[in-house]
Amino acid sequence: MVIEGPILEFHQKSPKPLRVYSAQQSKAKPQGQKTLALLLFCVLSGIRISNFPKHRAYDQVFFLCTKTQSYSPPSYFPWRCVEKILKDDASEEKGERARMASFVGAIAITDLVKTTLGPKGMDKILQSTGRGHEVTVTNDGATILKSLHIDNPAAKVLIDISKVQDDEVGDGTTSVVVLAGELLREAEKLVAAKIHPMTIISGYRMAAECARNALLQRVVDNKENAEKFKSDLMKIAMTTLSSKILSQDKEHFAQLAVDAVMRLKGSTNLEAIQIIKKPGGSLKDSFLDEGFILDKKIGLGQPKRIENAKILVANTAMDTDKVKIYGARVRVDSMSKVAEIEGAEKEKMREKVKKILGHGINCFVNRQLIYNFPEELFADAGILAIEHADFDGIERLALVTGGEIASTFDNPESVKLGHCKLIEEIMIGEDKLIHFSGVEMGQACTIVLRGASHHVLDEAERSLHDALCVLSQTVNDTRVLLGGGWPEMVMAKEVDKLARKTPGKKSHAIEAFSRALLAIPTIIADNAGLDSADLVAKLRAEHHKEGCNAGIDVISGSVGDMAELGISEAFKVKQAVLLSATEAAEMILRVDEIITCAPRKREDRM
Amino acid sequence: MALAFDEYGRPFIILKEQEQKTRLSGLEAQKANISAGRAVSRILRTSLGPKGMDKMLQSPDGDVTITNDGATILEQMDVDNQIAKLMVELSRSQDYEIGDGTTGVVVMAGALLEQAERLLERGIHPIRIAEGYEMASRIAVEHLECIAQKFDFGPTNIEPLVQTCMTTLSSKIVNRCKRALAEISVKAVLSVADLERKDVNLDLIKVEGKVGGKLEDTELIYGITVDKDMSHPQMPKQIEDAKIAILTCPFEPPKPKTKHKVDIDTVEKFQTLRQQEQKYFDDMVQKCKEVGATLVICQWGFDDEANHLLMHQNLPAVRWVGGVELELIAIATGGRIVPRFQELIPEKLGRAGLVRERSFGTTKDKMLYIEHCANSRAVTIFIRGGNKMMIEETKRSIHDALCVARNLIRNNFIVYGGGAAEISCSIAVEAAADKYPGVEQYAIRAFADSLDAVPMALAENSGLQPIETLSAVKSQQIKENNPHFGIDCNDVGTNDMCEQNVFETLIGKQQQILLATQVVKMILKIDDVISPSDY
Repeated sequence: MVIEGPILEFHQKSPKPLRVYSAQQSKAKPQGQKTLALLLFCVLSGIRISNFPKHRAYDQVFFLCTKTQSYSPPSYFPWRCVEKILKDDASEEKGERARMASFVGAIAITDLVKTTLGPKGMDKILQSTGRGHEVTVTNDGATILKSLHIDNPAAKVLIDISKVQDDEVGDGTTSVVVLAGELLREAEKLVAAKIHPMTIISGYRMAAECARNALLQRVVDNKENAEKFKSDLMKIAMTTLSSKILSQDKEHFAQLAVDAVMRLKGSTNLEAIQIIKKPGGSLKDSFLDEGFILDKKIGLGQPKRIENAKILVANTAMDTDKVKIYGARVRVDSMSKVAEIEGAEKEKMREKVKKILGHGINCFVNRQLIYNFPEELFADAGILAIEHADFDGIERLALVTGGEIASTFDNPESVKLGHCKLIEEIMIGEDKLIHFSGVEMGQACTIVLRGASHHVLDEAERSLHDALCVLSQTVNDTRVLLGGGWPEMVMAKEVDKLARKTPGKKSHAIEAFSRALLAIPTIIADNAGLDSADLVAKLRAEHHKEGCNAGIDVISGSVGDMAELGISEAFKVKQAVLLSATEAAEMILRVDEIITCAPRKREDRM
Repeated sequence: MALAFDEYGRPFIILKEQEQKTRLSGLEAQKANISAGRAVSRILRTSLGPKGMDKMLQSPDGDVTITNDGATILEQMDVDNQIAKLMVELSRSQDYEIGDGTTGVVVMAGALLEQAERLLERGIHPIRIAEGYEMASRIAVEHLECIAQKFDFGPTNIEPLVQTCMTTLSSKIVNRCKRALAEISVKAVLSVADLERKDVNLDLIKVEGKVGGKLEDTELIYGITVDKDMSHPQMPKQIEDAKIAILTCPFEPPKPKTKHKVDIDTVEKFQTLRQQEQKYFDDMVQKCKEVGATLVICQWGFDDEANHLLMHQNLPAVRWVGGVELELIAIATGGRIVPRFQELIPEKLGRAGLVRERSFGTTKDKMLYIEHCANSRAVTIFIRGGNKMMIEETKRSIHDALCVARNLIRNNFIVYGGGAAEISCSIAVEAAADKYPGVEQYAIRAFADSLDAVPMALAENSGLQPIETLSAVKSQQIKENNPHFGIDCNDVGTNDMCEQNVFETLIGKQQQILLATQVVKMILKIDDVISPSDY
């Protein structure tokens, strides 16, 4: 029972009031002795009092309690009156309460994203508070968490690990939060059973190490065998995509992603893969283009098709070139002089264009604007000029065509030009795009996504991005694991073994770790509407045999052989999930006090 | 508030707006101050030692910090009370001076205040208490010198240093790989240390962090990392035997500082100006090339044309490098910072064996490593970790470890940790107390009692019975006359800190006692608090 205490005021007879009563408090002056009696009654009968001006009221009761001699105040009773040390709006939570606050926050976040896990996970609609109330539909953990405004500090830690997971490996952003949350949920039970957080932490550490070793023992590395490795990549891509909106056409997209990543030849620079979203058509119409597609239009009166193109990629001002020496300005005293200077400016531009033409090119791509005048000049020379290609586009184009990005044009012999077989204007849906095909170096490529609506396309891009990230990381670290709850099961089994070997309280924590690991297959099954208890138990029994490949086959709703089903995951992702989740759980567990500073006051500027 | 009245019954106004101020005086003021000081120390008490807990702090802007570093906790707590602010200052000055033991010093001060309160209740004058504390602290500091041991280490034998750093790191969240981090810290300090002058310039050690990877990936780089990439995407990503021009002038046409105008009124002028501008760019790049630079590091930006010219001349460049980093690069590579192109000469170039660009993760994060520098005295500790808070906390922990290593180089005496030094001091002070006649004797005894607070908190945080454990260790120390016995926090099975390799620096400990005593004295001397009442 909790009584919302009134603001109290006592007579000066109090033993030692530390602060003189505030004006506001004295306004609401209740009958001193009566409230005091009520308070005393509450304390004596064990009723908890909240919202109380602590340092005074408690002091009084304490004084009275010691007078009555018969009763000692309850344990939560602040024994001594404490001068306030923090600012007015700041709050301080200690010990049990602090731990509870962080557990509650972390578990709430976990429960929030839990339902998106697995192939049958559901999506979330996020509506922004900004203008337009934009809507995002997603099942990507990092995207969901990024858009939340959270006040609970422990929850912020979880959001942070999800973000890092996204940056580092790209996938597993939901799993990492769920695992951390489950670890904390288990820890909460242990804390309730009077096991010290430090003991739990050391148990978790041992368990995490053991789990990692278990995974390391079971990894498959097909680095040597290119054919097999490619099929591994295919499987990983399909597994990643199967939980996303693209799952219907996952084979198609997996092929796209694998092809794109293989072209990178080991580089992790995903910038080189351009994703163009064009609404219309269906997801299946999406395709990977070997060449390069630039989302720009060809200038007027310029050739629409060039074979054996020589391309100059430039980053230069093609408007009126400024004189950059500071303070220079044009000041003239007659119209004719204005015309003269304008003429000179034009002349300068003409010269520049001439220089550019001197490179012997037939296509000119510029990052900045090209004004009408130079454009006209280019058209006259029969050169394709593309203006305002964005920076990434320029960089990619340079990569693809093997040219270099030029900004000055004085020595044409040393500038490397880009080449491609054919430049033409193509139509996708209703838009015209410029297509460069037959390029020399095939590092960069373009994926054109088609889909029914912007939301679908956005989500498709996110999903594809996840797959690309995972693949590009896997190319560098070629170790592969099976999926579908198999790694969790393997880890849980080893951790369980460790728990049995470990003496002392730590073994409880290790056991809890294994339970937390098992929560992931459980959630996957739950989300698919399967009987998780039954399935997980079956799976566990299967795993009792050595070298088992069993996992949860969500599609058929039974335990299946993951190797046969072709469900794989990258080792790097699983390892990152395991390590960051443990680290985050450890961090939150170590906290025994939360101090929240007073929010910064915003000055209202009218 | 007490008022004085003149013979007509009118009150004397002494303070401005007297009635709006609150005033506490005498014993009441002292007690209020003491209770505030103790409240602060109580917050930190649970963070002490290897099993100490962390605090989660939410800043006014909503950022979360998780730490168990005393100085950081107090700094971020945003305290309001004046006495509490004094305690914050206390922790901070320990941090500046020593770098480690910021929690211990506050716990110690809290204990001293607690003891003082009891003495005040018995009617002992605060000044006498303060004097007694002063005497006792002198005894304790002298005693520390007696029990301190000299620690021999050299550039080859770094084991003792590593052990001491490990003691510091064991109380932090990074204790999972304390060995690796301690080694990194010691190596970093040794590589910048001037062993002859016994001085270490910690500014030469840069601690950088990047989220991602795991803590074990943390590495020591003999060189500098810069969170920048090459200005042009097609510049080479790796340069061997780089000669570096370090510029603080922009690759842009000059901007005279005096106010002037160039008026263009004829076509000729327009053309000459344009040519001049082009020549200027050419000259700048040519100048760099002439002196033999193979890498240009610039504090400012440069425009696309300059960028391309550099690229063209095969001169990789980095732009927008911060001032501090620029200085470090200059120190590391032995180059000079050049503020003007005219002053660029071959002698001013810095040298580095290897400059390379490295990318991380799936985002386009790139960093520039400058390694194998001519002057290897600038090093970087590059921290990796699961999340932002982890990195921040690791940074703080490494800072502590670095400070400890530095202190040992300055003064290679150590005392034993785990509360052993405090217990030993407490015994010494207790014994000395009887020799002092007068009221101070009581204060000295109280001081001895409060020295016990640190081991007591250690035992409490480790889940041991505090009083039982402390008294057992104390009697063991007296019986065997060996100051190495401390609290066995990690449940290793032995009390001997010498065997457990738990060391702390002598100056750190001395400073703790001195600083704590000073602040307590200051608090005790306050007998009147006048503050504008906010209600």
